[in-house]
Amino acid sequence: MITTGIDVGSKNVKVVIQEDGKVLGKGSVLAGLDTGAAISEALDAALKDAGIARDKVEKLYATGAGRQEVKDADDSRTEVGADAAGIAYLFPEARTLIDVGAEEGRAIRVDDRGKVVDFAMNERCAAGAGAFTEAMARALEVPLEELGRLSLTSTKAVAMNAQCAVFGESEVVSLIHQKTEKKDIARAVHDAMATRITSMARRVGVEPQVALIGGVAKNPGFVDSLQRDLEMKVFIPDDPEFVSALGVALLAAGIVE
Amino acid sequence: MAEDSTGKEYWRWTESNWHDPDIDWRKGEIVTAGVDVGSVSSQAVILVDGKLFAYSNMRTGSDSPKSAQNAMDWALEGTGMTLGDIQYVVGTGYGRVNVPFAQRAITEIACHGRGANYMYGPTIKTVLDMGGQDCKAIRVDEKGKVVAFLMNDKCAAGTGRGMEVFSDLLGVHITKVGEMSLQVEEEPPMVSSTCVVFAKSEASGLLRAGWPKERVLAAYCLAMAHRVVDLLQRLGIEEDFAITGGIAKNIGVVSRIERELGIKALKPTLDTQIAGALGGALFASALLQKERKGK
Repeated sequence: MITTGIDVGSKNVKVVIQEDGKVLGKGSVLAGLDTGAAISEALDAALKDAGIARDKVEKLYATGAGRQEVKDADDSRTEVGADAAGIAYLFPEARTLIDVGAEEGRAIRVDDRGKVVDFAMNERCAAGAGAFTEAMARALEVPLEELGRLSLTSTKAVAMNAQCAVFGESEVVSLIHQKTEKKDIARAVHDAMATRITSMARRVGVEPQVALIGGVAKNPGFVDSLQRDLEMKVFIPDDPEFVSALGVALLAAGIVE
Repeated sequence: MAEDSTGKEYWRWTESNWHDPDIDWRKGEIVTAGVDVGSVSSQAVILVDGKLFAYSNMRTGSDSPKSAQNAMDWALEGTGMTLGDIQYVVGTGYGRVNVPFAQRAITEIACHGRGANYMYGPTIKTVLDMGGQDCKAIRVDEKGKVVAFLMNDKCAAGTGRGMEVFSDLLGVHITKVGEMSLQVEEEPPMVSSTCVVFAKSEASGLLRAGWPKERVLAAYCLAMAHRVVDLLQRLGIEEDFAITGGIAKNIGVVSRIERELGIKALKPTLDTQIAGALGGALFASALLQKERKGK
């Protein structure tokens, strides 16, 4: 059965089309001003990627903060349920799931059947989400894509005290004034964020294996800091930002429960 | 500090210095100073025999010791007094350990309580200090001694930095924000995000949806007032009540705090930003007198 999952995030709309557990196509569009338009655009992009027409999709499920904006969805699921479903399929060994998006962070603990046991989330503070690294990259005048790579070249741990993205910007500026090297500031930024994510994850209990998903999983600097903080390797699937969308597509097909 | 794209610095508030030409400091027996090096602004206050003689209020640079020196130099400017004439200096504020010429460092909580007592008199019981990067609710006794306090220094919501972000976003000078926010026919719902980063995105959305700047500012001032009122209510408020720090100059926030509390704040008689440095100078006078008695 061909099904579609749409994840309406705070920053991007992600769409996955799958058939029998195989991804046929994907699409991602900036949510921008008009969420409805972004949803149509992302869906069209995924259909084009899959090379199929809309009427071939038998079921469409939605998730994400803006899931009620998907007018023609057959059903919807919470982000926590979508994350758990996606990872149960991709990496069934995972017991702890960390999802760091643009404006939210979540830690989810699942049992050996992939069922959600407990979860914790932050959706109120930019310091525990991708928005933090974005703001710091801006203060450092480094493109966000380079912040992670830059951080990996650092050999020195510098402490960052700010627990707020706004104060963090001022702290980055004063570190620059103190002639701290950019690569060391980049690492300090990721270390600070990893500390916050780890403490959120500890609230649900960190049990291996740990999987990391969400857009921030594509930042190697953050991954490095998180692994150091957790003192373990984390599993990152390909296209970690599409896991929620894949999760609801699989739920729609009944491939996972 | 980044400038906005037009190159205008909307957040830049007016720095100032002042001295009382009627006081002949050379005749003074007790000449002391307090220097408050905050995360955003720095002040120096000079007292002569317990009377306010001079002060300065300026932006903190990236170097704390230099900021302390700059604030002191500017307070001394035009007075004929030099640093050597000051007999005792107390440092306070976030950068208090970086005041190289201070004999003592005292916490900003203690200094704000003491300074507010001088500014508003012994009836003052509750002080809300709204600083650049923190917000403190302080209960004091009739001598200005701190009885209890609560503070938020972890999050930019409810601080001057948060307001600077909005001033930049809307291109409205920081000193105009308060008045402008009152130019609405009725109060809008407050900005719902607590986090300044998210509130900024929310405000951009409101502007795109056609809200005038006045209305967006009203929604943010309201959110800010709500946030600090929560801090005050957790501490417990007893009148008289006063607000110090930079945000005390923002009528848009002050009037909304008053409305939400159902209590009027006492009208300031001095620059509300100097409360901490003033408290420091008062402690310095007391310490100097104690030292002299001991000899």
